[in-house]
Amino acid sequence: MGVPEQQAAVQAATQPAADDIVVDAQDVHYSIGGREIFSGLTLRARRGRITAVMGPSGTGKTTLLRLITAQAYPDSGRVSVWGRDVSELRSREIFAMRTRMGMLFQNGALLTDIDVFENVAFPLREHTTLPEPLIRDIVLTKLHAVGLRGAAELMPAELSGGMARRVALARAIVMDPELLIYDEPFVGLDPIALGVILRLIQKMNEALGLTSIVVSHDVHELETIADDSYLISEGRVVASGTPQELGEGGSPIVRQFMSGSPDGPVPFHYPAPDYVTELLAGEGAP
Amino acid sequence: MSEVAGNGPVLRGLQRIGATSLFALELLAQCGPALARPGLIVRQIYNAGARSLIIIMLSGIATGAVLGLQGANLLQRFGSENYLGIAAAFGLLKELGPVLTALLFAGRAGTALTSEIGMMRATDQLTAMQIMAVDPMRYVAAPRFLGGLLAMPLLTAVFNVVGLFGAQLIGVQEMGVDRGAFWSQMQSSIGLSDVNEAIVKSLVFGFVASLIAVYEGYHSDGTAEGVGLATTRTVVASSVLTLLLDYALSAVFL
Repeated sequence: MGVPEQQAAVQAATQPAADDIVVDAQDVHYSIGGREIFSGLTLRARRGRITAVMGPSGTGKTTLLRLITAQAYPDSGRVSVWGRDVSELRSREIFAMRTRMGMLFQNGALLTDIDVFENVAFPLREHTTLPEPLIRDIVLTKLHAVGLRGAAELMPAELSGGMARRVALARAIVMDPELLIYDEPFVGLDPIALGVILRLIQKMNEALGLTSIVVSHDVHELETIADDSYLISEGRVVASGTPQELGEGGSPIVRQFMSGSPDGPVPFHYPAPDYVTELLAGEGAP
Repeated sequence: MSEVAGNGPVLRGLQRIGATSLFALELLAQCGPALARPGLIVRQIYNAGARSLIIIMLSGIATGAVLGLQGANLLQRFGSENYLGIAAAFGLLKELGPVLTALLFAGRAGTALTSEIGMMRATDQLTAMQIMAVDPMRYVAAPRFLGGLLAMPLLTAVFNVVGLFGAQLIGVQEMGVDRGAFWSQMQSSIGLSDVNEAIVKSLVFGFVASLIAVYEGYHSDGTAEGVGLATTRTVVASSVLTLLLDYALSAVFL
């Protein structure tokens, strides 16, 4: 069975109800500066599940998040969030949509001129008129959930990478979002911090009933937490299913990615002229 | 910036002016809502103003001292040293105060604004705000712009006062100009219109320098090199525009 047939079979077997789909990308084409990033990408994130989006570096995983959060729009195709096509939303509606989602950035993206407490309190202060004692209680609850209640008075520059990401996670959930998006949450973390983040993602999803989209290339970490997985390569989904199904995957590119092999359809070398020809062409040159 | 790339330098320059003008309109539209958070603006006045005080005062006193020294020396040749007070006040109020303060502002506060906003762009802080449904134009750009705009006349006033003190210090104490003549000539010749000219100039320079600093930071590439280039553009553009506008404003007020 070829990749498209396999994909269709998986999708047919797991066809969700329409209101169960939070994010729905259909046949998305998107280019930046003449370079095609997506050429017919189709994927879905379902309510209450952790959806992993994997792929080699440079396949546009972060770009996909930009499309979902309406920071960019597809050239053709459709990206819908909660049933609304994001390219048809007005700026006021985009802001309203974003208040229902939280996003964890690769580097945390904490505001560096205010302390940890104020960072977590930031969305509450901007979007609510809650009294100060209530804001304090909510912020401390969220910081406690990520184990950093004691770090409330530290400045972002005083945090380690793992701590910054946990604070960013507390900030992302402070408005009790329905959709939580993680952009490469495991990059550059030591094993302990990585384990903590993994556990938090799982815990958040279970305890708060969130829908999560995790974009990453860390296959083994995602295998342990993801309910659904998509593997993106060359602008489209090349495999989808549970992480186990992907692990047993059919096509060579899936096998290469899941096993981390340097040999396979994804080349080690960036496209270049023939090695020997290029070396010999340099002979006689000054 | 990708949208200002390509074509000849003239067209690029025009595109940049157009982009900056559109940004200015967007920024001005956000200044009203930004006033609802006076704390943010006060903090930016502190950053752009209070933190520039030492450099402004040192420069002011040095400039005044040079005016006192050279002015007294020149006027003594014609036996007109009693007019030193007028010369120093005219020079400081109408030209040196606003212009030098603006140049120092571009180098101290302008670069700080550009690099701060540029680093916020590089570390995804601006994007994070957008995802949190907070407009960075309102939360980051407008308060910094207003802070710079309001700090400039205050800094210019400080520069002028300290500069006059410097001119008096050297002209009267060192060069022997009569103290009474120094102050009374100044009092009788300097009018409110001269002070107004200083205020208008400092507001215009504050507008231009703050706008350029915020624009360059906001549109810098999110890289170390991009932030560095944006900072350089801030100083160059602010300084050149300050000097050009100074001539235009002087001609208008004359």
